[in-house]
Amino acid sequence: MNLASSLWLVSPELFLSVSGLILLMVSAWSQEKAARLVTILAVAALFGAATLLMVLSHNPDFKGGADAFDGLYRMDAFGSSAKFLIYLAAIISLIVAPRFFLAGGKYRSEYPVLILFATIGMGMMVSASDMMTLYIGLELNSLAAYVLASFIRTDIRSSEAGLKYFVLGALASGMLLFGISLVYGFAGSTSFAVIGETLTGDLSTGPLIGLVLVLSGLAFKISAVPFHMWTPDVYEGAPTPVTAFFASAPKVAAIALTARVIVEAFGGQTSAWQQIIVFVALASIILGAVAAIGQQNIKRLLAYSSINNVGFLLIGLAAGTPAGISAMMFYLAIYVAMTLGSFICVLEMRDRDGKPLESLASLAGLSQTRPGLAAAFAVFMFSLAGIPPLFGFWGKFLVFDAAVAAGMLPLAVIGIAASVIGAFYYIKVVKIIYFDDPAGEIVKTGHKSENILIGLMALFVSPLGYLSIPFIAPITTTAAAALF
Amino acid sequence: MNQLDFPILSLMMGLPMLAAIVCLFLSAQAARWLALATTLALFVLGVVLWANYDIGGPQWQYVERAELFGNFAWALGIDGISMMLIMLTVFLMPICIGASWEAIQTRVGEYMAAFLFMEVLMIGVFAAQDIFLFYILFEAGLIPMYLIIGIWGGANRIYASYKFFLYTLLGSVVMLIAMLWMVQDAGTSDIPTLLNYDFAPEAQTWLWLAFFASFAVKMPMWPVHTWLPDAHVQAPTAGSVILAGVLLKMGGYGFLRFSLPMFPEASEQFIWLVFGLSMVAVVYTSLVALVQQDMKKLIAYSSVAHMAIVTLGLFAFNRQGIEGAIIVMLSHGLVSGALFLCVGVIYDRLHTREIDRYGGLSINMPKYAILFLLFTMASIGLPGTSGFVGEFLSLIGLYKVNSWVTLVATTGIILGAGYMLYLYRRVAFGELVHEDVKAMPDLSAREMALLAPIAAAVMWMGVYPESFMAPIRGDVGALVARIDRAAPEGDAHLKMGAAKPALKAEAHGEAH
Repeated sequence: MNLASSLWLVSPELFLSVSGLILLMVSAWSQEKAARLVTILAVAALFGAATLLMVLSHNPDFKGGADAFDGLYRMDAFGSSAKFLIYLAAIISLIVAPRFFLAGGKYRSEYPVLILFATIGMGMMVSASDMMTLYIGLELNSLAAYVLASFIRTDIRSSEAGLKYFVLGALASGMLLFGISLVYGFAGSTSFAVIGETLTGDLSTGPLIGLVLVLSGLAFKISAVPFHMWTPDVYEGAPTPVTAFFASAPKVAAIALTARVIVEAFGGQTSAWQQIIVFVALASIILGAVAAIGQQNIKRLLAYSSINNVGFLLIGLAAGTPAGISAMMFYLAIYVAMTLGSFICVLEMRDRDGKPLESLASLAGLSQTRPGLAAAFAVFMFSLAGIPPLFGFWGKFLVFDAAVAAGMLPLAVIGIAASVIGAFYYIKVVKIIYFDDPAGEIVKTGHKSENILIGLMALFVSPLGYLSIPFIAPITTTAAAALF
Repeated sequence: MNQLDFPILSLMMGLPMLAAIVCLFLSAQAARWLALATTLALFVLGVVLWANYDIGGPQWQYVERAELFGNFAWALGIDGISMMLIMLTVFLMPICIGASWEAIQTRVGEYMAAFLFMEVLMIGVFAAQDIFLFYILFEAGLIPMYLIIGIWGGANRIYASYKFFLYTLLGSVVMLIAMLWMVQDAGTSDIPTLLNYDFAPEAQTWLWLAFFASFAVKMPMWPVHTWLPDAHVQAPTAGSVILAGVLLKMGGYGFLRFSLPMFPEASEQFIWLVFGLSMVAVVYTSLVALVQQDMKKLIAYSSVAHMAIVTLGLFAFNRQGIEGAIIVMLSHGLVSGALFLCVGVIYDRLHTREIDRYGGLSINMPKYAILFLLFTMASIGLPGTSGFVGEFLSLIGLYKVNSWVTLVATTGIILGAGYMLYLYRRVAFGELVHEDVKAMPDLSAREMALLAPIAAAVMWMGVYPESFMAPIRGDVGALVARIDRAAPEGDAHLKMGAAKPALKAEAHGEAH
C-alpha cells in the first residue's frame, strides 16, 4: 500500500489536523475576538471530516476495510460508525459552549481548537490496529482533555478537576504502556493482528499480566469500576459543556477501542479477558447505581449514571459475539443522545443572573415553571434507567439479548436486577422535578439552540426512536462484522 | 386484514395518544372535555369491536401486523379474553375522567394526558401479539402511574409512588431475560406461535418462575401485595379505579396468556405454590381487611383476596375454573372500581377516609346508600350480581381439583361478607352523629352518571352472564385443550358407578 492511498484513508484525521492547526493560528493572533468564528469553523471542519468519512466508507475499494501505513491504522465500518458518533458529540459540545462560557466571563478561542485535537485523537483510537497508534491516539485525546477540564482557570474546582484528571490519567497511561511492553515482549509485535496470531493457547503469566494492565488502562478511560474514581470529581469540576463532551465522545472512542483490542488482539484468549470484563461490567453497574443514590449535585449524579451505563455497555462486549458488539454500538448511539441531552438540560439550569446551578434541590418543581424542559429531563432520566417505552430500554434490551444468546444467563440476570437499584435514583430526579414544590431558582426562559438540541435528543429517545431501529441496526451489524 | 378492513386496534391506541399530547397544551376545562370526548369515542370503538367480533370464528381477530422495529413487530390482534378486558378498560376510562372532573384542580392537562397515555398502554397490553411489544407496553405503564400517584396523590404519596414503581419493576425485569431466552429458543416473538411451542420441561420451570415473579407482583399475590394498599390509599380516586379495575388484571391476563399455555408442565409443577399462596391470601388478607380503619385500604385488601380466587380458578386447569376466573376479573374490575368511586364520593365531601368519621349515611344520602349496597353485595358475591357468577364457577372448577383448597377458599367468601357488611354497617347505618356528615348532600347528577352504568353492568353480568361468556368460551376451550396434558388429577376421585342391571333381569338370568 503506497503513501498516497494511506493518506487518503486517514483523510478525515488529516483534514481535522490541518484545520485545527490553522484555527490555532487564527486564535493565537485574534485572541477572544474571533472565538465565535473559530467555533463555527471548527464545527464546519467536523462536518467536513464527516463528509470525507462518508465518501471513504462508501468507496467500493474499501468495502471490507483497508489498512493504512502498513497496518498501523485501519479504516473499516466499525471505526467509521464510531467516528460518526464522536464527530456528532463534538459538534454538539461546540454548539452549546459559547453561551456557557460567556455567562461566566469570556469565551476563549482555544476551546474549539482543543476539542478538534481531542477529536483527532479519538479518531486515531477507534481506527488503531497497532498498540503504537492506540497509545498516540489515546494520549492526544487525553492531553487535550486535561486542558479542557481545567479550562476555566480562575475556578478552583475546574483547576482541581484538570489536575486530578492529569495525575490519575498519567498513572493509567503508565499502566497501559507497561502492559503494552509486556505483550510486545511476548508476542514480538505491537500489531493487533500479529498479537492475535502469536498469543494462542493458555497464556503464561507474563502476557496475562500484560493483558490485565492493558485492560486496566483502558478501563480508566471508559471510567469503569474499579478505575472510576476520577469520574465524579472531574465531571463535577469541569465546565458543563466539557463534561458533556467527556461523557459522550471519549467514552465512545475508548469503548470502541477496547472492543477492537479485545476482539482483534486477544480474540483467541476469551477465557482470559471475559472474566475481567464480566467483573468490571457488574461492578460498574452496581457501584454506579448505589453510589449515585446519595448525590446532591446533578453533575456528580450523571457521572455515576455514566459509570452505570458503561457497565451495561460492557455486557455487550462481555458476550464477545458479533451480536454483542453490534448491541454495544447501538447502545452507544442511544447513550450519546441520552447523555448529551441530559447535560444540555443541566446547561439550561441557571439562575436569573445566568449563573449555572448544579444542585438537585434547584430542580424542585421544575415541571411547573418550565414544563417543556422538565418533560425532556424526565424523558432522559427514564430512558437512562432503561424503562420502556423510552428508547434507552432498547440499548439494554440488545445487550441482554446478546448476553443470553452467548449463554451468559447469570450475568444477564444479575445485571438486569441491579438495574432496578439504578432506577431508584433516576426516578428520584423525576420526583424532584415533578412532585416537589417549585424552588423557582431556575430562570424561566430557555436558550434557543439548546432547546432545539434538547428537543432533538428527546425525540430520538422517545418511543419514536423505535422507528429508527431498521435504519441503525444494519449499520451496527456491519460495524460489528468488520471486527470479526 | 380483519372483519372491518380497518386497523381499529391501532386507531384505539393512536387516538388517545394524540389526545394525550394535545391535552398537555390545553387549559384545564378544555383538557377535561377533550379527555372525556376521547374516552367516550374509544368506548364507542370498543362497542364496535364487540359487535363485530365473530364468536366461534378464528381465534385471533382484528389482526394487524407491521414489521416496524426490526427485531420485533407492531403486531396486534385480540381473542375473546383480550376483547373483554379491553371492553373493561374503555368502559372504566370515561368514568375515571368523570370522577376527576372536580376532584383534580391542579395541572389538569398533565393529569388527563397521563390517563389517556395509560389507556393507550392498557389497550396495547391486551392487544399485543408480539411478546416484546407486550413487555414494552406492560412496563411502560409504570411511568404514568408513578406520576399519577406522585403528583396528585395523598399525603404519603412519594413513598407510595416509589414503592409502586420499584416493586413492580423488580418483579418484571427477570421476565425480560426469560422472554429473550424463549424467543431465541423458539425463533419467533410472535405470541400465537409461542402459545403452541413446547419448551423443554426443565427450561419451563425457570421460565415459569421468571414470569411468576412479574405477574404475582402485578396481581398481586400474598406476600408481594404490600405495594397495593399503599398505592391505592395514596392514589387519587380515578387512579385507584384504574389500578384496581384494569392494572391488576394484567397479572391475571399474564398467567392466562403466558404462564399456563406456554409452560403447562411447569404450571402443574407449581400448583402447590399458587394454591398455597392463594389460600393464605384469601384468609389472611380478609382478616386484615376486617380490622382496617381506612376505607380505601379495606377495599385494597379485599382486592388481594379476590385476586387470590382468580389465581385459584386459573390453576384449576379446567373450563369452569378458568372461565370463572375471567369473570371474577371482569366483575372485580367493575365492582372494586365502583367501590373506590363510592369512597371517592364521600371523600370529596369530608376529605377523610376514616370509617369512624361516617355513619348513618343511609338517612341523608339514600341514593348513595342504595348504590353502595349494591356494590357491597356484588363484592360479597350475592346471586344476581356479577360477583356470584365468577366466584361460583371458579370454586366449582377448583373443587374438581382439590376439595380442601376449595374449603379454605370458601371461608374467604364468608370472611368477605363479614368485612364488607361490617364496612357498610359502619358507614351507612346507625345514627347520624357527626354534624358535618349530616350536612353532606346526596349524589350529584355527575356522580350518579358515574355509578349508574357500573351498577347496570354489574346486574347484567349477574343476571345474564352468557353475554360475557360467549366470546371467551372458544378461547378457554383452546387453552384447556392446550394444558390438558398436564392437568392434575383431582383428589375427589369421582367415579361413575357401573349401571346396575334391573333386578328382574338378574333373576331372569339366574333362572337359566
